[in-house]
Formats: sequence, structure tokens, C-alpha cells
Amino acid sequence: MQNNSIDVICAAAGSGRMEHFMKEVKILEIKKSVFEDNDREADALRGELHEKGIFLLNLMSSPGSGKTTTLLRTIEALKDRLKIAVMEADIDSDVDAHAIAGAGVKAIQLHTGGMCHLDAGMTRQGLEGLEAAEADLVVLENVGNLVCPAEFDTGAVKNAMILSVPEGHDKPLKYPLMFEVCDVVLINKIDVLPYFDFDLEKCREYVRMRNPEAEIIPICAKTGEGIDAWADWILREVAAWKADK
Amino acid sequence: MHELSIVFHIIKTIEQVGEENKLEHVNSVTLEVGEVSAVIDEYLGDCWKWAADRSELLKGARLVIEKLPAVTMCETCERTYATVQYGRICPYCGSERTYLLSGREINIKEIEVG
Repeated sequence: MQNNSIDVICAAAGSGRMEHFMKEVKILEIKKSVFEDNDREADALRGELHEKGIFLLNLMSSPGSGKTTTLLRTIEALKDRLKIAVMEADIDSDVDAHAIAGAGVKAIQLHTGGMCHLDAGMTRQGLEGLEAAEADLVVLENVGNLVCPAEFDTGAVKNAMILSVPEGHDKPLKYPLMFEVCDVVLINKIDVLPYFDFDLEKCREYVRMRNPEAEIIPICAKTGEGIDAWADWILREVAAWKADK
Repeated sequence: MHELSIVFHIIKTIEQVGEENKLEHVNSVTLEVGEVSAVIDEYLGDCWKWAADRSELLKGARLVIEKLPAVTMCETCERTYATVQYGRICPYCGSERTYLLSGREINIKEIEVG
């Protein structure tokens, strides 16, 4: 794609433009989102997972919202019906992976080494390490954080997030992107609703404001309340993913 | 909050461009950063200095940041307004049915090659 002299040359995406600026200095137009590479990698990963019939669920939340406890409940509810594997992402520890492996499913710990999120490349590495070729459902427990993980597509089929009652019902307004990218929002710790100024109806309204499509499921991972509805959602989505092949 | 990994993504992209265009050195990189993107320019600059020096192509390259305005769209009155100034509620009609039209981008606009 080279025109006369250096007028137009091909950049990464095949559309870069190069112009004379000063005598020796040239400007090469790139016009590319920083997230573009990651988005492409994520799409490729999703395609491969589709071929293999693996449903990858990206589970996000802030620290302390009950991701691991919810996951343990989910495994308990589904392990006779689906082959499950788990990737635990943490900045630096493996307490969660031990807890999950104790529940009898394949689990690996991914250390992000200080990074606040996972991207598609790291997710792919994790899947390779997990050797999850047989799994129906792989859950990626992302780093506890409501900002960064929302920006990077991991290659997951669906995104889920947990908002716990003590965090407050206004979180969808404060972290809009997180709620926009999630297909399902679990509202956890509903057993403590009487002790907090958490308005469940307001919360639903705020989530819908950011994302009218999102499914909202109130749960209590500690007592198991609502876990059936959550497990049904997963079963439905896994079946749809496999049927769509 | 994830300035370093954004810097890594930028470097990866530019190294690819460098290879395809057989560039020897890049003097500066211009980014367009949306007003409400989750990055802090100062941190981005610090991470850039550290990471760019480790790349042969980008050693000593300057990072230029141009801000892109954040614009919110109101679904009720279908007008747009400045997000940073007015926030989530439409200043024209008071509606809460609004969504971000632009302002979250982080784009590599251009590079200057020597």
C-alpha cells in the first residue's frame, strides 16, 4: 500500500498515513485504540472456546464481596451436572485457589504480579495451564476491583459481577462501565439487608439505568439463598453456548 | 489504575507498526485520552518513561497526551452535554436517562519518526 514517495504507507491496521512534516521528521498516523489488540485477542479466544464447547465466565467484584464463597456455593450446586474448572486471579497469594481445589474441582492460581486486571493474553495462558479441555464451565475469578477489569475483555463468553449489600446500592452509578459490561449482577449478602441502608429496588433501578439487559439475582452465598436461580442461569447459558455451535 | 499495562499495550502496538514499516526510532507518541477514561496522565507519563526506555525503538520517546472531551447523551430530550461539568443528570431536562457518548477512549493518534 505504498503511494508515491512516502505519502501513504501501511501501518499496523493497514490504514496508517504518513506525511512529510518537516524535513526529517515524519508523522505516522495510527488512529488505533489501545484496547484494540486485546479486543481482537479476546474475540479469537472466544472463537476457540466455542469450538471446544467451553463456557468461560468472567466473575468480577470489589474485594470482600464474597466471590470465593459464591463460587464454592456454585460449585456445590453444579458439580454433578457440569465439569467445572476455576482460574483464580490475584495480585499475589493462593489462598483462594486452595479453597476452590478443596471443593473438588480443578483450580489454578494466576498471579497478576501487581496488575489490577486480567487481559485476554493472560486468560489464554491461564487456560493453557489449567488444561481444561474437558470442562463445560471455566470460571475466571478476576482481581477484586470495579474499575480496571471492566476495561479489558478477557475472552469470556459472559461477564458476571457481585455487588454485596454492605457496599451500598449506589455502586452502579459510581462504576458505570462495570455494570454496562456485565450480563448478570448478583446481589450478595442479602441476609444482612435489615442492618444496612441498602435499597434493593433502587439498586435494580440503577443497574437497569446502566444496563437494561442485565439479569439481577439476589443471593446469599453464606446461607445458599438464591443460589438455585444463579445455577439455573449458568445452566441455561452453558446449554445455549453449546447448542449454538 | 492500570497505566502500566496500557503502556505495555501501546508499546506492543507501536513495535508492530515499527516492524511493518521498518522504522528505526520513534521520537514521540501522541495519545488521545478521553476525559473520563480511568487513567491518570501523570501516572501514564511515569510508566511510559520507565517502559519506553526498555524498548530499542522507543528509547527516550516523548509521550504527548491530547485530551478528548467527554460527552453525555440524554435519552429523554436527545440532547448532548459536557459530562465533566454536569455529571449524570441532564442539565436541560433533568432526566437521569443518560449515557456516555464519548470520553472513555484511549487512542494512539500518531507517532513521530526520526
